[in-house]
Amino acid sequence: MVQYPDGRLDASFAALSDATRRGVLERLGRGDASISDLADAFHMTLTGMRKHVGVLEHAELVTTEKVGRVRRCRLGPRRLEDETAWIEKQRRLWDARFDGLEQVVAERRRKERNDGHPKRI
Amino acid sequence: MDTQSASEATTTMDRTTIERTSEQELVVTRTIDGPRDIVFEAWTDAELFRQWWVPKSMGLKLLSCEVDARVGGGYRLTFDIGTGEPMAFFGRYLEVTPPTRLVWTNEEGDEGTVVTTVTFEDRGAGTRLVIHDLYPSKEALDEAMSSGATGWNAETFDQLDELLIKLGSSSRQ
Repeated sequence: MVQYPDGRLDASFAALSDATRRGVLERLGRGDASISDLADAFHMTLTGMRKHVGVLEHAELVTTEKVGRVRRCRLGPRRLEDETAWIEKQRRLWDARFDGLEQVVAERRRKERNDGHPKRI
Repeated sequence: MDTQSASEATTTMDRTTIERTSEQELVVTRTIDGPRDIVFEAWTDAELFRQWWVPKSMGLKLLSCEVDARVGGGYRLTFDIGTGEPMAFFGRYLEVTPPTRLVWTNEEGDEGTVVTTVTFEDRGAGTRLVIHDLYPSKEALDEAMSSGATGWNAETFDQLDELLIKLGSSSRQ
C-alpha cells in the first residue's frame, strides 16, 4: 500500500472535496488551459477560479506557469494513482465491460434458440 | 452442450487479467461464457457493441455509436462527460477476420495512434479474449497512465475517493 504523508493527504482531501475542482482536473486531463478558459468553462469569475486553482496547486495536483500575460494550468507532476492503481482501474473497467459482453452474448443465444434458425457470421 | 464440456468450461473460465507487457504494450485477457462467433458478433455489430462497451459503473452516457467493422471502415462513439462538449472515441479497422481476429486504431489521443488487436480463441463453451494495446511510444503509455483521456473520468474520481479514504484511515491508525 502506498503511503502518503498526512499533510499531502489532507491537501488532497481538501482539493478533491469540491465539485468545481474535480471538474477542473477532469478538464485539464483533456488538455492544458488558461485560468480564463477555466473560469469561462465553469461560469466563474477569474478571482474565484484563481482560488480553486491555488488549492489544486497547493495539493500538487495542478501546476501553473505564466506565459506572457496568461497563466497556463496543467495537471501536476504528482501522480495520485501510480501505475499499479491505474492498472487496477483498467482491470475493473474491463471486468465490468466483459460482464456486460457475457450478458449480451447470453441474450443473443437465447434469441437464436427461440427463433429456431441461428444466424451465423 | 453436454455436461462434461459445461463443467470443463466452469473450471477454465477465468477472470479479467491485465498486464503491461512492455514499455508500450498492455494486454488484457478474459474468458467469456459463449461461443466464439456470437462473441465476435458482439464486438462488430453496433447494436450489440453499444450495449456493453460502456459499463454503467463508468458513469458516462453514450450519445452515439457507429460501427462499420470492415477493413477501412471506422467506429465512432460519443459520450456525455458532463462538462459540455461530448468526448469522442474513434478509429479505423485495420483487420476484420471473423470470428478470430479484429485490429483497429484508436486515434483520439494527442500522443499518436494506439493499435488494438483482439483475438478470439475457441475454448469449448467459452471464448478466450486477448486484447493487446500497442501504444506509439513508452511516453504515450506513461502519459495515459498518469493523466490522459482514460485517466480522469467519473470512475477515476470515485476510485480516487476510495483510495484517499483507505489511505486516510490507514494513516490515522
